[in-house]
Amino acid sequence: MLSQESLALIDKEIAKYPPEHKQSAVMGALRIAQAEKGWLATETIEYVADYLGMPPIAAYEVATFYNMYDLKPVGRNKVTLCTNLPCQLQGADKIAEHMKAKLGVDFGETTADGRYTLVEGECMGACGEGPLCLHNNHKMHSHLTPESLDKLLDDLK
Amino acid sequence: MSTKVCMWTLDHPEPASLKTYVANGGYEALKKVLAEKMPAEQIIEQVKISGLRGRGGAGFPTGLKWSFMPRQFPGDKYIVCNTDEGEPGTFKDRDILRFNPHQLIEGMVIAGYTLGARAGYNYIHGEIFELYESWEQALEEARAAGFLGKNICGSGWDFDLHAHHGYGAYVCGEETALLESLEGKKGQPRFKPPFPASFGLYGKPTTINNTETLASIPWIVRHGGQAFLELGKPNNGGTKIFSISGHVNKPGNYEVGLGTPFAELLEMAGGVRTGHKLKAVIPGGSSAPVLPAEIMMDLTLDFDAIAKAGSMLGSGAVIVMDDSVCMVKALERLSYFYFEESCGQCTPCREGTGWMHRVIKRIEHGEGRPEDLDLLTSVGHGIAGRTICALGDAAVGPVQSFIKHFRKEFEYHIEHKKCMVGN
Repeated sequence: MLSQESLALIDKEIAKYPPEHKQSAVMGALRIAQAEKGWLATETIEYVADYLGMPPIAAYEVATFYNMYDLKPVGRNKVTLCTNLPCQLQGADKIAEHMKAKLGVDFGETTADGRYTLVEGECMGACGEGPLCLHNNHKMHSHLTPESLDKLLDDLK
Repeated sequence: MSTKVCMWTLDHPEPASLKTYVANGGYEALKKVLAEKMPAEQIIEQVKISGLRGRGGAGFPTGLKWSFMPRQFPGDKYIVCNTDEGEPGTFKDRDILRFNPHQLIEGMVIAGYTLGARAGYNYIHGEIFELYESWEQALEEARAAGFLGKNICGSGWDFDLHAHHGYGAYVCGEETALLESLEGKKGQPRFKPPFPASFGLYGKPTTINNTETLASIPWIVRHGGQAFLELGKPNNGGTKIFSISGHVNKPGNYEVGLGTPFAELLEMAGGVRTGHKLKAVIPGGSSAPVLPAEIMMDLTLDFDAIAKAGSMLGSGAVIVMDDSVCMVKALERLSYFYFEESCGQCTPCREGTGWMHRVIKRIEHGEGRPEDLDLLTSVGHGIAGRTICALGDAAVGPVQSFIKHFRKEFEYHIEHKKCMVGN
């Protein structure tokens, strides 16, 4: 279900917590599983729950509560743009329009070729560098301009 | 040059490195504490003298919080650092992880020693995942150098720290939601009491402090509480990192003594965007009530002065808005945020945040009704003070203050179906 590499990473997360509290590793484990699979299918969540010895429903609650977990397939490149007030004041609305026009999709949609998914994000805690976006949850790109965004999107295959 | 408690490493070529930290007195406070077997009471006393107040938003005195821990009782205890920095406008803790990770580690180890903790966790905002990874590397460096793990500095004392990441939930910045999340559950706040000092992580006594708070501890131990207090002003000790965003020429973090005039900070940030005038400022993160320019320009930045002016210092996130901003549109975006991030546990917040957002949205889009401002006030009264955590109050604060100070703009929107600012 998950690769040996992913399981080894999950084991490192488990080791951070007291042995009787393996459930604490569920957020890390779901993140690792999602990174391998691209998104979290119900059977992936159940597998993670089983690996951690917790009820599947408890893992499902976590996967549905935190918005960086994807419960349906996304494009190869998920681009999450913060549009909250500080970023908005610094020009995020224009970046959002530019991005939607360039890719021909709205927030929450995936391009037909499966290359990009656009997501409207909430505060990422880096407002001084806004407008900014996250690529596939983990890589932040800041000080976006229409030009730098074009280059970023073109580079994401 | 003014003293920097947290951001001093930026004056060095490799700010985040262990080498830079140690070469400039880093981990000396920890060594002193362990070599002298410094009594916990003595450390807590110095933190009390320092006037250090929580840097995450609530401004609770840190020394007092530490004194609540039942240190003398046997059993596991924990220290938890709150780096779940997701309050719109706030981005200071990210820079502590980025530029001075070891000072946070040293602060957490000293806190662990003082409070008798068996381990500590740092809960890091999921969106800054790159810093979760780099902080784990810093932990490895600290372990290899003997500042963390078994037999710290040859003292025979064992203590370890771990990083835990969020994954997109603002509410987890609330300390009991954070604990739930750390236990591997959805992040819904707990009823208080019991408070974390008696029933915290895994039901054990736990102290939760903000990143900047904990990173200030080594400085206080090295230089004494009185010296820290004198960096700020009475009851508002120390320096504070202010995160300035919005319509300034140089958005970013600026560390200055508490009590610094706002006008001075604005100048450091390059002033208001060229060609525009200051209109309004949210002085302490999106949950803090907005203040008009004329009030703000006369204020000093400290907990007491901002509270007296009807807002709060909060996390020190200063959102600057110039005369091009439509206050209805700005509030629409903020109200959407609270609606989106309400955890859904308490009915007044779950239903009320969506209700407020829908009403503000219709005003912004020219469909407002004459009774809408009274309606917003009434919905706000139905939320504030009636929820388990402060997210409900945080959602109401902006709505009430925007309407209070900029009522004319809202009325104009309702009456004329368009914006008086004209963008």
